[in-house]
Amino acid sequence: MNENNNGNNNNDTIFEAVNVSKTFKLKKRSRGLGRHRFVKAVDDISFKVKAGETFGIVGESGCGKTTTARMIMQLEKVTSGQMLLRDIDMTKLGRKQIKNMRRRVQMIFQDPYTSLNSVKTIKYLVSEPLKIHKVYDNKNEMMDKVRQMLEEVGLPSSDDILAKRPDALSGGERQRVGIAKALVLDPEFVVADEPVSMLDASVRAGIINLLLRLKEMKNLTYVFITHEFDVAYAICDRIAIMYAGSIVELASADEIIHNPLHPYTKLLLEAVPPLIPDKNWGNSILEGEVAYYIQVPEGCKFQQRCRECKDECKSGVKELVEKSPGHFVACDAC
Amino acid sequence: MPLLEVHDLKTHYKTDSGRVKAADGVSFTLDTGQSIGIAGESGCGKTTVVMSLMRLVDHRDIVGGRIVLDGQSILEMPEKEFRHLRWSKISLVSQAAMGALNPVFTIGWQIVEAIREHTDLSKKDAYDLARTMLERVGVDPARINSYPHELSGGMRQRAMIAMALCLDPKIVIADEMTTALDVVTQVQILKLFQHLQETLDISVIAISHEIPILGQICENIMVMYGGKIMEIGPTHLIFSEPLHPYTQALLRSQIDIHKAETKQLRGIRGRPPNLLNPPPGCRFAPRCRRAEEICSQQESPLIQLAPDRWAACHLVK
Repeated sequence: MNENNNGNNNNDTIFEAVNVSKTFKLKKRSRGLGRHRFVKAVDDISFKVKAGETFGIVGESGCGKTTTARMIMQLEKVTSGQMLLRDIDMTKLGRKQIKNMRRRVQMIFQDPYTSLNSVKTIKYLVSEPLKIHKVYDNKNEMMDKVRQMLEEVGLPSSDDILAKRPDALSGGERQRVGIAKALVLDPEFVVADEPVSMLDASVRAGIINLLLRLKEMKNLTYVFITHEFDVAYAICDRIAIMYAGSIVELASADEIIHNPLHPYTKLLLEAVPPLIPDKNWGNSILEGEVAYYIQVPEGCKFQQRCRECKDECKSGVKELVEKSPGHFVACDAC
Repeated sequence: MPLLEVHDLKTHYKTDSGRVKAADGVSFTLDTGQSIGIAGESGCGKTTVVMSLMRLVDHRDIVGGRIVLDGQSILEMPEKEFRHLRWSKISLVSQAAMGALNPVFTIGWQIVEAIREHTDLSKKDAYDLARTMLERVGVDPARINSYPHELSGGMRQRAMIAMALCLDPKIVIADEMTTALDVVTQVQILKLFQHLQETLDISVIAISHEIPILGQICENIMVMYGGKIMEIGPTHLIFSEPLHPYTQALLRSQIDIHKAETKQLRGIRGRPPNLLNPPPGCRFAPRCRRAEEICSQQESPLIQLAPDRWAACHLVK
């Protein structure tokens, strides 16, 4: 699969994943699932992220999207492939270099309830990255930065809030602390793993708007992971759809929503509940669940659930092909 | 006479710092075969209301109100007596992903336990009933001896539905039934539930923080905020002509992928009220864009505006 021929000027590519795969070894007791001892969570994916864009990865649970996020952050080692941040292969870096890299690449986590240490104060949580990277010698300067950051994410910067612990904050406020923590080092590239999936709709809208505002303000580039199509549509410029470890379609958000090509993308779109209730909604989606492949079938991975499956889908490797400018799809039938 | 009548229900949880007014004067009725959805965000009291209906909260925390289920007032009833009604008249489908199933027992064992707890069926008959129910919700009855972890999220949720329906209850409460499921599985579960609603003649109370989900399975929607009812009305009217400013704000914060212009999202500023000492006047007033002076001084009662529409707002006439 490659997206190398999309004619991008290399200068505005900030990040590139090249033929990345991740294989997890199954624990002994799980091998009852079959004689196969490995599961391919991410299977040879490649994509480029342009500077200043929000690149969305959308898929159901088990499709490999979080593994991809963790591999970008080097929290998980790649089994094969390259992760290029401005032409530096992050997978080849040593521990110290990874630490340095993390000043430029940061992550926003999913669950604001468990990703913040509940016994630490907000002051500690937001200043910790600055301390680890020894950004400021002067404590006052550091605190100025922390206060400024809190204001930028829409929290008050009073001593009152600095002394609070996460459990005194609402879910939305906690996620703002999580964002402040990620952005306090002024990274250029941010991986956000389902940052709004635990939040109520009204709070979610506020956080999405905040992320968009911060992106403009700080010239950030996001990789945004989500299972919700509507959220991806609201924030992403381009969207990659993942299924069973592979990217099956990649295009601009508008193209994906209004002109989906891959049958899986169409299925996901049909599953988005309409805002005006419609009794017929979802009638076409009756069977099938996400495939967790220990043994990958030959041909298209989506074949068992596909409504448009043809004979040619059952053999060969399905690669991303550019059907129209910037719109890639890995499907023979469409 | 309605099947269920909730009148001025007040559930105030006792905590070290005082009483949290989680449900504060909630009244509604539900007729046989009807369905009502309770919409609202975390902390609005929607789960407290249904847990009070099931009497699964500490009875000392229910400080006021009346619940009449099928002609019987259930709050004064001794627990022993209510046990006969729970599950056989009113049952609960909870969120299966959140550990509602016991991981060390098979699903069959758990369904049979629920049946035998509330009826006199023999073990064999109970297992037969469990198999029938599993088949009805689309789970292969051969999976009856599977443990929860051996089933997918969708199948676990189906098993929960089978468990809730096994005693042929009159009212089924669906509490965040599809939350944490994959989008495609979510559709399948909702479709199954719609089908069961139509074929089994059950009344449904559904809860979700996602208002479009409720739109799919409920005829009426009740919007709650800060322990109070803000608005009740038929689903299509709630969506097309919301009256209360909170309902309007809630709908504005939804993303509609079928309309390009809704890329402009609007959240709701501020934070939910502290229910230990709720603000005077309307609970939503501090966050309401349209609030006037009267809103922060005096609470508006739930006013009937049309035969089946109520709203609690001074500004709605």
